[in-house]
Amino acid sequence: MTVVGTPPGSHPSKPPALELRSVSKVYPGIPPVTALDSVDLTVAPGEIVAVVGPSGCGKSTMLHMMGTLDRASSGTILVDGLDTSNLSEKRLAAIRGRKIGFVFQRFFLLSGTTALDNVAGGLLYQGVTLSERRERASVALDRVGLGHRKRHVPSKMSGGERQRVAIARALVHEPSLILADEPTGNLDSKSSAAIVELLRRLHDEGSTIIVVTHNDEMADGLQRKVRLLDGQVQSDERRVA
Amino acid sequence: MVPPSRLRTLDIFRVGASGLLTRKLRASLSALGIAIGIASLVGVLGLSESSKSDLLDQISDLGTNLLQVTPGGGFGAGDAALPEESIGRMSRVGTVGEISFVSNVDANVYRNDYIPSGQTGGIAVFGSDEQLLDTLNGEIAHGKFLSDAALEYPAAVLGSVTAERLGIRDLTGNPRVLINDTWVEVIGILEPFALAPDLDRAAIIGHQAAIDYFDAEGNPATVYLRVDEEWIDETRNILPATADPETPEEVEVTRPSDLLEAQSAARSQFANLFLGLGAVALLVGGIGIANVMVIGVLERRGEIGLRRSIGATRSHIITQFLTEALVLSVAGGVAGVLIGVGVTAGYSATQGWRVIIPDLALWGGLGAAIAIGALAGIYPALRAARLSPTEALRYE
Repeated sequence: MTVVGTPPGSHPSKPPALELRSVSKVYPGIPPVTALDSVDLTVAPGEIVAVVGPSGCGKSTMLHMMGTLDRASSGTILVDGLDTSNLSEKRLAAIRGRKIGFVFQRFFLLSGTTALDNVAGGLLYQGVTLSERRERASVALDRVGLGHRKRHVPSKMSGGERQRVAIARALVHEPSLILADEPTGNLDSKSSAAIVELLRRLHDEGSTIIVVTHNDEMADGLQRKVRLLDGQVQSDERRVA
Repeated sequence: MVPPSRLRTLDIFRVGASGLLTRKLRASLSALGIAIGIASLVGVLGLSESSKSDLLDQISDLGTNLLQVTPGGGFGAGDAALPEESIGRMSRVGTVGEISFVSNVDANVYRNDYIPSGQTGGIAVFGSDEQLLDTLNGEIAHGKFLSDAALEYPAAVLGSVTAERLGIRDLTGNPRVLINDTWVEVIGILEPFALAPDLDRAAIIGHQAAIDYFDAEGNPATVYLRVDEEWIDETRNILPATADPETPEEVEVTRPSDLLEAQSAARSQFANLFLGLGAVALLVGGIGIANVMVIGVLERRGEIGLRRSIGATRSHIITQFLTEALVLSVAGGVAGVLIGVGVTAGYSATQGWRVIIPDLALWGGLGAAIAIGALAGIYPALRAARLSPTEALRYE
């Protein structure tokens, strides 16, 4: 199922933030497992999209494909208009580092490192000096509402705060696309709501966000909901604002 | 086009160091392994060199060009002496410089006439000439050595041990000793001879006086000669026939410095054993680092996955883990060198040795640490880099 037309709130002059063209992923084995089956999806700049579906429907695989963490068996993936199919490992690393921001269920913060330096780490592989990294990290932490917790280490923070640090790290380099993998999976309902609220606010500020979740309720709060089933797009609904 | 990922040089070290700083205890324990290995290598090399410092100093002070000619212990040689003319003949050899000798005097030395005649104190009496001191690079502790005039009159110079046994510390009060039945004035006391310890236990009188007053035959018992450094072996070969053309086989030529060098070599042999033990300690230390790195990579799969997701390439991951291993081993190496030098300096101070740390120990120690770090780090680093991002992100 392909989205036709220009979604509201997008910028027609810019290329799509992400485009999957009949992407399939088959894991070899006996029998081979088709995790993604010829998926098409276009995400315009400024959109916020929830990808939902039951366990094993291919959500994680799709996230890995979208994030260029793994290669598709067939099909084409364009990130910010760039075809990633034939790129070397090195080039893919550069695309991940510059164009995509990742938010994971388990945060993946460095334990002995302050919130500020964890966020600054998001710029580590872009050849930016430490002082500039920290400056930009400070701005990012302010954006996620953690301006008062910059010098704290993750172990002294709540789960919700940790996830906000991770979100700040994902946006510190101003990526074309933020990919969140079950961002509320490890959080209580109150913290979850705050994280969803934060994602929505970042969307309002112009970020392009894709949230992979099995939480339908959370997905219902977002502008667009893509439902996967058995590796195929079952539905793609847009909420009228 | 997206610019490639880039990790600044300074950040390479920051990343490597931060990985260790968050695991301080483990990092310091594994660095300790290297430190102990390097410390033992540096300590063993340093201590063995320092312990030889006295010998090496003696060798370089005294020179290695002294030869000693004695009537050998050939079969039936008995109490042989060299022919009197041998001195003249040997001194005419072109490569021979200073030459001197001692002759045996059949006499005993006593502090005074109250000492029973049996208590000789094992002190020998030698006749000699005024060249002896210069030839042996000997030093006078008190007084003076035999001069031209003293050669013919009964005057004695005491070896260091002799002076001690006779209780003569210096020349105050013009001490005299009794040689057989003759009172002899002591005109000098010598410092110990490194190359001729026999003389320390002797009283030396003038060659002519020995003949005149004590019925000595005056034949040289030992001839000391300095030889041109470059012709030592050649000179050594012709000396027996020069000294005694009739029975050259009964003449023995030795090189006293050989003994010191043999002693020094013997101490080195001992050090080699400990060097081997140090190398084993270092190897164990290296394995410790490799072990910690392998475990670290397993534990930090999540971190590796995250780094790949924020733009790290495989080579950035290799660099990171290799840097960690190198920082560990270099820190251990530097600590080890410092400990080794400290131990050497401390022990040498208690022994009165000069502190010698061979360059090989210093740079070899650091070099070994770096090599071990690289070896211990390369496999874990490659393993970390081989992990695919999706695989790595599955763990925490």
